[in-house]
Amino acid sequence: MLKILKYSFYDLIRSRWSYVYFLFYLLLGFVLLFLNNDVSKAVITLMNVIIVLVPLIGTIFGIMYYYNSKEFTELLLAQPIKRSSIFLGQYLGVAGSLTMSLVLGLGIPFVLYGLFKSDAIFDFTLLLVTGAFLTMIFTALSFNIALSNENKIKGFGYAVLLWLFLAVIYDGLFLMSLIIFKEYPLDSFSLAATMFNPIDLSRTLILLKLDISALLGYTGAVFKQFFGTNQGLIISILMLILWTILPIWRLIYKSKKKDF
Amino acid sequence: MRDFFIFFLLLFSSLMLCAEMIPVCSECEVKSIIVGVNSASDFDTLLIKKGTYKEFNIIINKPLTLLGEDYPIIDGEDQGEIIRIISDNVTVDGLFIINVGTSYTTDYAAIRVVKSDNYLIQNVVLEKLFFGIYLEKSNNGKVYNNKIIGDAVDEYNSGNGIQLWYSKNVLVENNIVQHVRDGIYLEFSDNVSIKNNRSTDNLRYGLHFMFSNDDVYTDNVFENNGAGVAVMFSKRIKMIGNTFRKNWGTAAFGMLLKEINDAEIRGNTFEENTIGISIEGSNRIQYSNNNFIKNGWAVKVLGACYTNTFTKNNFLYNSFDISYNSKLNDNVFNQNYWSDYTGYDLDKNGVGDIPYRPVKLFSYIVNKTPETIVLLRSLFMDIIDFSEKVSPVFTPDNLLDANPLMNKAL
Repeated sequence: MLKILKYSFYDLIRSRWSYVYFLFYLLLGFVLLFLNNDVSKAVITLMNVIIVLVPLIGTIFGIMYYYNSKEFTELLLAQPIKRSSIFLGQYLGVAGSLTMSLVLGLGIPFVLYGLFKSDAIFDFTLLLVTGAFLTMIFTALSFNIALSNENKIKGFGYAVLLWLFLAVIYDGLFLMSLIIFKEYPLDSFSLAATMFNPIDLSRTLILLKLDISALLGYTGAVFKQFFGTNQGLIISILMLILWTILPIWRLIYKSKKKDF
Repeated sequence: MRDFFIFFLLLFSSLMLCAEMIPVCSECEVKSIIVGVNSASDFDTLLIKKGTYKEFNIIINKPLTLLGEDYPIIDGEDQGEIIRIISDNVTVDGLFIINVGTSYTTDYAAIRVVKSDNYLIQNVVLEKLFFGIYLEKSNNGKVYNNKIIGDAVDEYNSGNGIQLWYSKNVLVENNIVQHVRDGIYLEFSDNVSIKNNRSTDNLRYGLHFMFSNDDVYTDNVFENNGAGVAVMFSKRIKMIGNTFRKNWGTAAFGMLLKEINDAEIRGNTFEENTIGISIEGSNRIQYSNNNFIKNGWAVKVLGACYTNTFTKNNFLYNSFDISYNSKLNDNVFNQNYWSDYTGYDLDKNGVGDIPYRPVKLFSYIVNKTPETIVLLRSLFMDIIDFSEKVSPVFTPDNLLDANPLMNKAL
């Protein structure tokens, strides 16, 4: 597995797109800091970018890589290598290189700009951790889609739709249901609904740091318990880990069954 | 007339000359403060030396100075009130008073001033108290440099740190008040000035104003109080250079203004509160040069607020800048700095070329359905906020800052 991981990883970091992705974040970080002159404001802007863009790029990259290296995968399948290590290796290669581009691309400008002296360091670390989680989750989801769809166009379509659903449509439906059922106690429902969407989940995780004062304005014991203590942070991180493990598990399970 | 004046001066100085210093200690001739007060004559000084005095109901009925040396402890043993001043010109200085009695029918205080003028209470430390310093119909006094540390747990059986009731022209300066019900409480007290105090970790309000006009409070710090600072039913209040921090909770705010007219609010900092300022029924208030930093809601307007003006304030990284619950607006926002402003300044005059709309559609939705707060900063919300910004339907369409600043106002 490690050999395949290493191969995929080096293959990717030598590719142009990884550089583009890395340079994009590097530029974004520098421009944000240059325009804002303020680390904490830049962290807020970055949060908006990360919860939208990272899943999109993870999805597109994952699905592209899978379809592109399909012939190579088939060649590997002919060798006496375990299927799980082939796919897991490829997946970790993609997710790892994307995560590295993200962490380095954003980390370098912020460190140069005096992150260690600023009090935003914890917020920023949390931002990078959620970014990494989102990359892992969405790459795994896109691998799943690719594995289930032989047709490239269909696969791409589903992947983009998945992103669109989780990033925008889900919140719209969520908002509608909250408004329609506003006569009922909704605090448990609204917390549960955030758990079923990794983008909402990472948003909540960041809100816990950035907007805690607003979140505590709501009257409700469940909210107070969730946002007012460390419980929110712990549950959100556990759910993110679960969100990462489940697609990977399905990826392994599916790849073992699939007839190539 | 002049002779008359000189006569008084002489009389006064002769009185001063015969003022005695009476030492009080366990080895002295006078062993208790009550005995000391009874044996003293007008304008004497009681020098209370280091030690513990288990006394309560000390009634000071003549102009005296109670001067503590190395903080002598007066232990009330939870019996009731400790010092009651019923004479003009009394000074209390350097005492350490503990264990004031708790009662559900009488407001026992560590130091109570009743219908007396020209008092000075300074360098006093109060602990384990019910009410701290209680000024009742007493004018022209000074409460300076005291430290009041309570251990209040419930609102119903705790008292206030410094309470003013029908007391005019009082100066409250450099005090530290912690862990009581209301840090500083004013009722029917006019022309009071409150400076440089620190009121923190109180159960209810850091500062509580009721029916008190023409008061000034400057450079105070109010932090982590149950509900922040409440200013109610008062006129012509000046609030300058105060700091309101970390008042978190469902009904917590930095400052609550209710039925306040003609006030001036300048140079204050509101940082990390659930609501920076909550305004209700308050008119003709000038808000200028305030900083609103990282609050949930910087300003929440609940209704019946007319002709207020907001100029040169900084709104930095608040979850919501302004929240309105109606479509009517008669308040003016001009030349503020908004960190969420996305406009441009082509003529480079430091003022943005397109107006800023501080009320987001999302804040309107949150007012209607509070649970939607979990959707804060989601992409979907940004999209509908943007569409509302382009064509306002739900938010007051004349509520805008026509001249948003490009850089922070100083």
